[in-house]
Amino acid sequence: MTGSSTQSSNRADAVIECRNLWKIFGARANEAMQAVQDHGLSKNEIRDDYQCVVGVQDATFTVGEGEVFCIMGLSGSGKSTLIRHINRLIDPTFGEVLIEGQDINRLGAVDLRALRSTKIGMVFQNMALMPHRTVRDNVAFALEVRGVDRDDRYRTADEAIRTVDLDGWEESYPDELSGGMQQRVGLARAIAADPHILLMDEPFSALDPLIRRQLQDQFLHLSAEMHKTTLFITHDLDEAIRIGDRIAIMKDGALVQIGTPEEIVTEPSDDYVADFVAGISKLQLVTAQKVMQPLASFEQQNGPLDMASCLTANLDDNLDALVDLSIETDHPILVKHDGQAVGVVTKRKLLRGIQGKMED
Amino acid sequence: MAQNEPFNVLRPFDSIDFGIADWADGIKTWATENRDVVQPVKWFVNDLIVGVEAIMHAIPPVFMLGIIFLLAWQSAGARVAAFVSICLILLGLSDPNAWGLAMTTLAVVATSVVVCIIFGLPLGLLAGKSDRFEFAIRPVLDTMQTIPAFVYLVPVVMLIGIGNVSGVIVTVVFALPPIIRLTSLGIRQVNASVVEAARAFGSSPRQILFKVELPLATPSIMAGLNQTIMMALSVVVIASLIAVKGLGNEVLRAMGRLDAGKAIVGGFGIVVLAIVLDRITQGLGRSGRERGHRHWWEGGPVGVVIRLINKKTPKSTSNLPQ
Repeated sequence: MTGSSTQSSNRADAVIECRNLWKIFGARANEAMQAVQDHGLSKNEIRDDYQCVVGVQDATFTVGEGEVFCIMGLSGSGKSTLIRHINRLIDPTFGEVLIEGQDINRLGAVDLRALRSTKIGMVFQNMALMPHRTVRDNVAFALEVRGVDRDDRYRTADEAIRTVDLDGWEESYPDELSGGMQQRVGLARAIAADPHILLMDEPFSALDPLIRRQLQDQFLHLSAEMHKTTLFITHDLDEAIRIGDRIAIMKDGALVQIGTPEEIVTEPSDDYVADFVAGISKLQLVTAQKVMQPLASFEQQNGPLDMASCLTANLDDNLDALVDLSIETDHPILVKHDGQAVGVVTKRKLLRGIQGKMED
Repeated sequence: MAQNEPFNVLRPFDSIDFGIADWADGIKTWATENRDVVQPVKWFVNDLIVGVEAIMHAIPPVFMLGIIFLLAWQSAGARVAAFVSICLILLGLSDPNAWGLAMTTLAVVATSVVVCIIFGLPLGLLAGKSDRFEFAIRPVLDTMQTIPAFVYLVPVVMLIGIGNVSGVIVTVVFALPPIIRLTSLGIRQVNASVVEAARAFGSSPRQILFKVELPLATPSIMAGLNQTIMMALSVVVIASLIAVKGLGNEVLRAMGRLDAGKAIVGGFGIVVLAIVLDRITQGLGRSGRERGHRHWWEGGPVGVVIRLINKKTPKSTSNLPQ
C-alpha cells in the first residue's frame, strides 16, 4: 500500500481479498513487473522504459461478509480494471485475488465459469444487456448458462424482476425500456443467480441525477435485505459515502486511502483526498465526538459550566442533530456518554465542524 | 522473343522471362490427368442439381407462385410479397419458355448459394475470431472477387468438364466472398461489453458464440447472404459459356444470333429473379427492433394460422362471437 492508510488488519470473515495486485498493460508487462520488484520503478519510468501502462498498482484490500466496499476514483484511475480482477475478466500481472479463501487465478476454465455463474453477479455501467433477449431471458442468463431448466430459471428470474419492481416487463426487450429500468434489469440479472458477491461497476453513473438517487435508494434497501458482499465502483464521492460501509480512494492505479466514510472525510490521508472531500457536506458524517471540547479543558478555560441549562447530545450524534439543538439554546451543548458528561460543543466548534475545520 | 533482347537497365522487364505463363499452363495438363479422381464427386453434385431442377420443374407455376408468395410474406411482409408475385407473373408472361428457364437458373443459383453458406459461414466465423486468419484470407477473397471468371473457366472445365457442376464452382468462386466478409464483420461488430457481460456470468466460449455473437451478427450475416445471392445471379451468363442451361444460356444464344428481343427477355428474367431473392433475403436480415420485436411466427402466414388456431381453441370455453 502506498501512503498512509487507515485500513484495519485483515478481517477474519474476508469474502474478497486482494493481495498486492498489479496489472501492467503492454507487450513487455512481465519485464516491467520484474523491474518494479527489483528496483521499485515508478509509473512514469515504466511507461518510458517499457512502453507499458500501469493499470493497478499494488492494490491490497479485503471486503468482509455483507460489507459494501466502495472504490472511488476519477476516470482512468484504474477502478474498472481493478474490479475486473475480482471475477478474472482480467488476469493480474502479479498478486492474488482470493474469493472466500480460494485463489481464483489458480482455477481452471471450468471452475472459473462455475464461480462466475454461481458466486459472483456483476452490474455494468453501460448495462450491457442482450438486445436480442427479453427482459426475462436477460435476467435468467446466468442460470441458463449453468444449465438450469427453463421453468426453474424463469421462476427465479421473475422473482428477481419483481424484486427490482419491474413486474409486467418480463416480455419486453431492453430497448423498449428507459435507462433507469434497463439498469434495474442489470441489477436483477446480477442477483437472479443468488450470488454471494455483487460487483457493481459504476452502475448508476450513466443515469440522470433523480433516477440515480432512486436507484441508490433501491440498492441500499436491497442490500440491507439481501446482505450481499458488494464491491461498488463509482467516481462520485457522494454516492460512495451514501452507499459504502468503507471507501477506498483510488488514484493512478493505487489505493490512496481506505476507511469508513467518516474517516475519509475527517482524516484525509493526503492533499489529493482532502481536495476530494472538501466539497462534501459533513452534517451527516461528523459526530459530536469529533467537534467537542473535553469538559475538563472547557471548564479550565471558561469556568464551571451550568450543566442544568444546557441541552445534551450523545457522542455519536451527527452535526445535523447538533444544529437542531443549537438552534434552541444560546448555551453550549453538553455531550454525554453513558450518562456521564464528557465534553462540550460550542457554537464556534459546531460551525467550524460544518466547515470541516476540526482543528480550530 | 524476350531472350533475344539484350539486357537494358532502363527497360529490365523486356529481357527477363521466367516462363510463368508456360508453367501455369501446366495446371491444364494436371487437371486433365486428374479428371478421374473428381468424377464421382461430380456425378453426386450433378445429380443433386438435376434433382433440385426436376422438383422445381415438377411444381406447376401457380403453386410455385403461391409458395414464393407465402415465403416472401413470412420474411418481408405482405406488401413485398405482393410486389414479388407481380414481378414473377410478369416474368412468366414475358415468354412461354421464360418460367422454365427461370426455374433452371434458380436451381443452379440455389445450389451454389447453399455451397457458399456451407463454406462461407465457418470461414467467416473464423475470420471474425482470428485477426491472423482474416489477414491471410483477405487477399484470397480479393482475388476471387476481381479475377475475371474466364481465367479459371478453362482449368475448371479441364478438371470437371462442362455442365452444371463446373457452373456451380465458377459461381461459388465469385459469390463466396461477401458472406465470408460480412459474417466476419458481423462477429467483429458485436458489442464487446455484451460479450464481457456474458463472460462475467460464466458463459463458455461456445455459449458466447451461439447465445450472443451469432444472434447479434445475424443482420450482417443476412446482408452477406443477400450479396452472395446477387453475385451468384450476376455470373449466370458467364456460367452458360460452359453449358449451364437457363436464362443465362438464353442471353448467350441471343447474343450469338444478334437477337435483341430474346436477350431482353432473358435479361429481364435474371433481373426479376434478383429482385425476388433480394427482397426475400433482405426481410430475413431485419433486426428484432425493426420487426417490432415480434417472433417470426407471430407475423406472416404462420402468424395468421396460429391466430386462427388460438381463436378456435378457446371457443369451447367462451361463447363470445368472433
